[in-house]
Amino acid sequence: MSAAHTLHPAVQLAATEGASEHRPLIITLFAAFVVATLFITVWAGRQTKSASDFYAGGRQFTGFQNGLAVSGDYMSAASFLGIAGAIALFGYDGFLYSIGFLVAWLVALLLVAEPLRNSGRYTMGDVLAYRMRQRPVRTAAGTSTIVVSIFYLLAQMAGAGVLVSLLLGITSDAGKILIVALVGVLMILYVTIGGMKGTTWVQMVKAVLLIAGTLLITFLILLKFNFNISDLLGTAASNSGKGAAFLEPGLKYGATGVSKLDFISLGIALVLGTAGLPHILIRFYTVPTAKAARKSVNWAIGIIGAFYLMTIVLGFGAAAILKPGDIIASNKAGNTAAPLAALEIGGGSGSTGGAILLAVISAVAFATILAVVAGLTLASSSSFAHDIYANVIRKGQATEKEEVRAARWATVAIGIVSIALGALARDLNVAGLVALAFAVAASANLPTILYSLFWKRFTTTGALWSIYGGLASSVLLVLFSPVVSSKPTSMFPDVDFAWFPLENPGLISIPLGFLLGWIGSLLSKEKPDADKYAELEVKSLTGIGAH
Amino acid sequence: MATDAPPPEGTSPGGPAQPTTEAFVAMQASPEFADLRRSHRSFAFPLTIAFVTWYLLYVLLCNYAGGFMATKVVGNINMALVLGLAQFATTFLIAWLYSRHAATKLDPKAEAIKSRMEADV
Repeated sequence: MSAAHTLHPAVQLAATEGASEHRPLIITLFAAFVVATLFITVWAGRQTKSASDFYAGGRQFTGFQNGLAVSGDYMSAASFLGIAGAIALFGYDGFLYSIGFLVAWLVALLLVAEPLRNSGRYTMGDVLAYRMRQRPVRTAAGTSTIVVSIFYLLAQMAGAGVLVSLLLGITSDAGKILIVALVGVLMILYVTIGGMKGTTWVQMVKAVLLIAGTLLITFLILLKFNFNISDLLGTAASNSGKGAAFLEPGLKYGATGVSKLDFISLGIALVLGTAGLPHILIRFYTVPTAKAARKSVNWAIGIIGAFYLMTIVLGFGAAAILKPGDIIASNKAGNTAAPLAALEIGGGSGSTGGAILLAVISAVAFATILAVVAGLTLASSSSFAHDIYANVIRKGQATEKEEVRAARWATVAIGIVSIALGALARDLNVAGLVALAFAVAASANLPTILYSLFWKRFTTTGALWSIYGGLASSVLLVLFSPVVSSKPTSMFPDVDFAWFPLENPGLISIPLGFLLGWIGSLLSKEKPDADKYAELEVKSLTGIGAH
Repeated sequence: MATDAPPPEGTSPGGPAQPTTEAFVAMQASPEFADLRRSHRSFAFPLTIAFVTWYLLYVLLCNYAGGFMATKVVGNINMALVLGLAQFATTFLIAWLYSRHAATKLDPKAEAIKSRMEADV
C-alpha cells in the first residue's frame, strides 16, 4: 500500500496547522454544540421542580433514551481518543481497554443495575447505606463517590485542555487554562440549571454525534482499504515498523514479568470498575422501573460494543495511514491519532475535506468531554447533597428544596475545584487517571454494593472497612507507583518514591476491598440488621415500594 | 438495630406506598420469594463466574501464550484478534441470554409478589 507514504511532510504539526487554517470552522462547530446544549439545558431547567427532577430527571426516560445517555456518559475522552491512540501506538495491547470496558457491563447487567434501581432513590449511597447505620456509611459512600468522580473529572479536564488547545492552536499556558475554565463553567451551567434532565439530554445528543462521527471515519478508512480488514491490519503492521508483533499482544505490557502483572491488574480493574462508578449507577434512577433499567443496559451494551468495534478500525487505521513518528510528535500519548486520521482520510493537511473532517471529529471530542464532565459533576454534587448534607449533617431533616439548593452549590464548588485541579493537571497522563478511577471504584464501591445486595451477614463495620480500605489502598498504591514518580512519563519524573511497581493498583486493592468487607463483618460485634436486609432484598428483586 | 438517622424511604410525603417491616420479613421467608431468589441467583451467579473466568483466561493467554495468540487464522487476522472479537460476541450473547431469562423467569414471579404485597399495604 502506498497510503503510508502520501503524507505531506508538514503533517507533524498537522493538527495544529490544519486547525489554524480552518479555525473558524472548528470554532463554529464548537459554538453550535455549546449553544444547542445550553438551549436544551434551559428548556430542561424549566421542567426541573422537585428533587426527583433534579437528581433523577423525573424518572421519565425510556429504556432506549437512557441507554443512549448511559453510552454518552460512559464513552469518555479516554474511550474515544485514548483507545484509538493506544492502538495506533501499541497495536493490539490498546485493544484490551475496549474489551475490558465492554465486558464490564455484564457485571452491571446481571448483578447491579436492576436491584439498585429498585432499592435506591438518588445516589449510590442510598443502596450502600440501606441496611447500615446511616451516618457513617453515607459519609463513606459520599467520600468515595466524590474521590472517584474527581479523579475521573481530572482526567477529562486534562484531556480537554490538551486536546482543545492543540486543535485550536493555542499553546500558551494561559490559553490552556482558559479552555479548562470554559469547560468548567459550561458543566456548572449544565448541571445547576438543567439538573439530571438537562444532563441526560446533553449525553444523548453527544452519544448520537459520537457514533455518527466514528461511523463516518470508520467507513472512510474501510473504503480506502476496499473493506479488506486483513489488508488494513497488514498495512498497519508494516507501517508501524513493528511487523507482525504490532497485531499481537505484548508490545506494551509483554516486556517483563512485572509489566505482565500490570496487564492483569489493568484487566481486572477495567472489568470490575464499571459497576462501581457512581456517575453510571445514578443513571439507572432516571427510568421508571427495573425492567427499563435492564433495557438501558442492553442498549448501552449494543451501542458501546459497536463503538468499541469501530475503535479497532480507527486505531489500526490511524496506524496504517499515518506515520508513527507523526502520531507521537503530535501527542506523546497518541491522544490525537483519531483526529489526525480524520484529517488524513479527508484528503490530508491543506485539503478542504480533511479540514472539515478534522473539525467534525474535534467537535465530537469536545462534546464527548462536556457530556462526561456534566455527568461526573452531577454524581458528586448529588452525593454531597443527598448523602452528606441531607442525611449526615441535617440528619434527614432537610426539605427537598434545601437539598436541591445544596446540590446546586456543591456543583459550583466541585466545578471550581476541578477547574483548579484541571489547570494544574493539564500535563498529566490522562489514561492513567481514568484507569485509576476504575480501580478505586472497583476497590471501594463494588464490594460493598455486592455484599449489601447479596450477603445477609454484612455489617456496618464491614462496609466501612471495605469502602475506606479499598479507597485508601488504591489511592496510596497509585501515589507510590510509577504513575506518580520515578519514570520519564510520571507526574513527577525527577523524584523517585515509587516502591510499588505496578501502574494500576487493582490487582492488590480490589481483592483487599472484598477481603476487608468480609473480615470486618465477621469480626464486628454488631449483629447485621435482619429486618433491613429483608426489606432491601425483597425490594431489590421485586421493585415493591420503589421510588 | 439502632440507626443514627431515619432512612429516607417512607419519610417523603407522596412517595410510593411502603409495606411494613413485618410484611417484608414474612415475604423474605416465604417459599414464593425463595423461588424468585433462586431463579435469579442460580442463573446470574454461575454466569458471572463464567464470563469473568473467560475474560481472565483471555487476559492470561495474551500474557503468557504469545505463540498461540500469534497464530494466523485468515490473512493477517490472528488468534488474538479472533479471541478478542469472541469476547464481544460472548458479551452480546450473555446480555441476550440474561434478558430472556429475566423476562420469562424473573419478571412474572417478581410481578406476582409485588402486586400481592401492594394489595396488603
